Amino acid sequence: MTIDQPRNDKDGAVSSHDGHSEVATRDGAPAQFENPGLPPHVHRAGDHDEKAAKRSERQVAALFTMSMLGTVLFIVSYFAISADDVVTLPLIGPMKALHAALGTTLAMSLLGIGLGAVHWAKTLMSDEEVVEERHTLRSPDEARDGALKILEEGAESAQLKRRPLVKYTLGASMGLFALPLGLQLVGSLGPLRRSKVVGDLQTTLWDSKLPNGKPRRLMRDPDNTPIRLSDVTLGSVFHVLPEGIDEAAHPQNEKVKASVILVSLEESVIKSAREKAWGIGGVVAYSKICTHVGCPVGLYEQQTHHLLCPCHQSTFDMTDDCKVVFGPAGHPLPQLKISVDTEGYIVADQGFKEPVGPSFWERS
Amino acid sequence: MTTSRPADDLRKDDKRDEPKGNGGPAGAIANWVDERTGAAKGARFLMKKVFPDHWSFMLGEIAMYSLIILLLTGTFLTFWFVPSMGETVYNGSYVPLKGVQMSEAFKSTVNISMDVRGGLLIRQIHHWAALLFLVSIMLHMARVFFTGAFRKPREINWIIGLLLFMLAMVEGFAGYSLPDDLLSGTGIRAAEGFMLSIPVIGSYVASLVFGGGFPGEAIIPRLFTVHVLLLPAIIVGLFTAHIILVMVHKHTQYPGPGRTNKNVVGFPLMPVYTAKAGGFFFIVFGVTALISGLVTINPIWMYGPYEPTMVTAGSQPDWYMGFADGALRLLPGRLEFTLLEHTFVFNVFIGAILLIPLMWTAMGIYPFLEKWVTGDNEEHHLLDRPRNAPTRTGIGMAFFVFYFVLFFAAGNDLMAIKLHLSINDITWAFRILTFLGPVMAFWITKRLCLSLQRRDRDLVLHGRETGRIIRTAEGRFFEAHEPLNRYQRWPLVSFASHAPVSLPAGIDRNGVRRRKAAADKMRVRLSHFFFNDRIEPVTPAELEAAHHHDEPVREEIDHTVEEARRLEGDDFGGKLHGGAEELSSSSAYGHPDQR
Repeated sequence: MTIDQPRNDKDGAVSSHDGHSEVATRDGAPAQFENPGLPPHVHRAGDHDEKAAKRSERQVAALFTMSMLGTVLFIVSYFAISADDVVTLPLIGPMKALHAALGTTLAMSLLGIGLGAVHWAKTLMSDEEVVEERHTLRSPDEARDGALKILEEGAESAQLKRRPLVKYTLGASMGLFALPLGLQLVGSLGPLRRSKVVGDLQTTLWDSKLPNGKPRRLMRDPDNTPIRLSDVTLGSVFHVLPEGIDEAAHPQNEKVKASVILVSLEESVIKSAREKAWGIGGVVAYSKICTHVGCPVGLYEQQTHHLLCPCHQSTFDMTDDCKVVFGPAGHPLPQLKISVDTEGYIVADQGFKEPVGPSFWERS
Repeated sequence: MTTSRPADDLRKDDKRDEPKGNGGPAGAIANWVDERTGAAKGARFLMKKVFPDHWSFMLGEIAMYSLIILLLTGTFLTFWFVPSMGETVYNGSYVPLKGVQMSEAFKSTVNISMDVRGGLLIRQIHHWAALLFLVSIMLHMARVFFTGAFRKPREINWIIGLLLFMLAMVEGFAGYSLPDDLLSGTGIRAAEGFMLSIPVIGSYVASLVFGGGFPGEAIIPRLFTVHVLLLPAIIVGLFTAHIILVMVHKHTQYPGPGRTNKNVVGFPLMPVYTAKAGGFFFIVFGVTALISGLVTINPIWMYGPYEPTMVTAGSQPDWYMGFADGALRLLPGRLEFTLLEHTFVFNVFIGAILLIPLMWTAMGIYPFLEKWVTGDNEEHHLLDRPRNAPTRTGIGMAFFVFYFVLFFAAGNDLMAIKLHLSINDITWAFRILTFLGPVMAFWITKRLCLSLQRRDRDLVLHGRETGRIIRTAEGRFFEAHEPLNRYQRWPLVSFASHAPVSLPAGIDRNGVRRRKAAADKMRVRLSHFFFNDRIEPVTPAELEAAHHHDEPVREEIDHTVEEARRLEGDDFGGKLHGGAEELSSSSAYGHPDQR
């Protein structure tokens, strides 16, 4: 668009080329500017120059051809490339040749069509803007009244007003009909008995003894081998599951609750008397399930004796009842009281004294 | 059967429903269809439909096309995916997992990635398209918000859009949880923790969703139904309503010469937008395919199957869930407390359960709040330039900053590692920024908008600074300004500037309608908050006054230019006739008034 040059008139401050003046005089200035209307259309090179248009045509056709080529290459790649071939791409590194080939050829096939169509639209199709009028969305009063009248007549004909009993019973039944379906869904999706729901959250496999009446040993996860106290050298960390977990009805469900971390600390760094008493000479066991939202608290910092949850960075102090020293968790990790059985393996004397894992309404 | 009836004579001139001849076989088919459906009327209406052109209108288009790509690739994936938590042992071609115990869901996902030819490509297109879907929805909503496109008559579509955004997030979460890999399993584990945090009913909600304790065996099949049937049906339904309303409302347009509140200026669907929008679908699909072919996403075979006792460092959800995850990391643990023998888990509940409904409610209310404050009951089809609604733009930026503080807080562990900072310090910084950031963003954005408006005024009044310095005969320096022509000027002067409302008289006189008075007071307060600082558009009178003011200068310049031309034959490109300002020692950019 060329810039209109204002003339340097004395009175009309601004006037443009075509002599159309918006600000006629200083006294008669309107309160607002007037919409000048669409600016003059600027033609593209291809509108007049057949050579330029021809060039565009060839470019569009080339893009569509590229698409066809991509399609052919995709089909060839699909059949020809072995699933085991690996190709190393610059900046990306080694990857499966089949996958890379299918991806790039599919992209070629699609982009050829897309870019071709857009190029076609931008260079060859009319770029003359079209004006469409809008109309207020509100229906004309006549239509509104008509609709209202039909409604009223309908209600009248149905005797809705004259027979309130029908109206109210219909309303009530419509309000209630979803209940059976809702009840079926909610009632049957999962157990709803308090003893089951809350009981499930409050107990772990550690609460029960083995079928032979012996307390459960602490087993290495995932080897499932018992741990001798003598194996637990100072500073070592064991991921632990209860003995006999594979025989449980739902091993995965039990793992979620019964997972334990066993750490050997120097007894002198332990600040809490209970922690010392529930451990064995500095060897202590804590629930590995974060009390925030239940991720396994997997990161143990040997220097600081901190346990860190990798999900939301709750930090627990292993020397002080696993209290929360930082982060979003709301209460300490529960401790598991351990002792040594006659064969020298570590066992749990009793279950956790409080629910493990994330908090819930009935927890306290 | 009789061969001649009296009526036959009357009908002998009737046209038979044969093809009209022109149009060939396509015309014949069109004729066949139209005689049975009357589709030509609708087709004519649709093909004539005009859409305005602007890059920011393509954001919603990207969302639409991503949805189509998702439906397409998602359907493919269901042919191989097994939505079951049944335990099995892997024996496929991926060596590192051979002999590992895993669920059917995980095994089938590994099979799609490793053994189904092209399966990995489809899976990755599906995942990348989901990420793109959410990005484009968010950017589209930002465009709609900052340009005021949510105003009457488009409030319903704003709400539908909000619902779509939220459902898309849930849909995405359900989708990436399906493979039952270690990362997504950790996500579901956390989700159970979220449900448990709901006061009173939390334990029961979790029990219902998981069919008992976590993980149980129900969650993957249930998520599968939600992901492939329930939510897609709702999303497609809402999306259809969204598009129909766009058709009914006709698209908004940016202010410009020739564009009014009563028209749409653009290109018709046939042929320009068919080619442009249709082509754009292929471009979006093509780019998604290219990224998916070259950039690995969610390599579940590297994460391994879900094991409740295992977790990886740096566990994070997909990006669109990041803000909720960040909120969880910031909420301090002391928000968990026991009262009346019950545990209130607000450290989780606020971030995981309340945050999203609260944010969405705030976004849903905004159009109605603004309408109440302005008292504006007009239809708006011309978009606002964001600077011309400084308070709204400020509020929008405050919301964005709040969102992104939470979003980046979800990476506090990665930041601590990469930047060698204490995670505690980073977390505290984010906690403070959660409150401070939005306030700062509001203030800075509003001031920037007002400054930009002043700049617009300056531009209209005194023209564009050309950078051309003129020295007059007596040694004064001027910078020549080039005035805007009326087409350039129009978008800068055509916006509406609301004035703050004042208390309606007589409200307090009765002393009866106290509640209404309180509402009015509130409205006045809000109105002042919104519109106290405002810049009015230039009026013709102001422009004239400015020109009058510049007159002596311009004359002086003209004189100088005349001289120069006479002496050296230089015509200066003929662009020196505008206003000008003297470059005095005080300020090169000062207002000519200060001269």
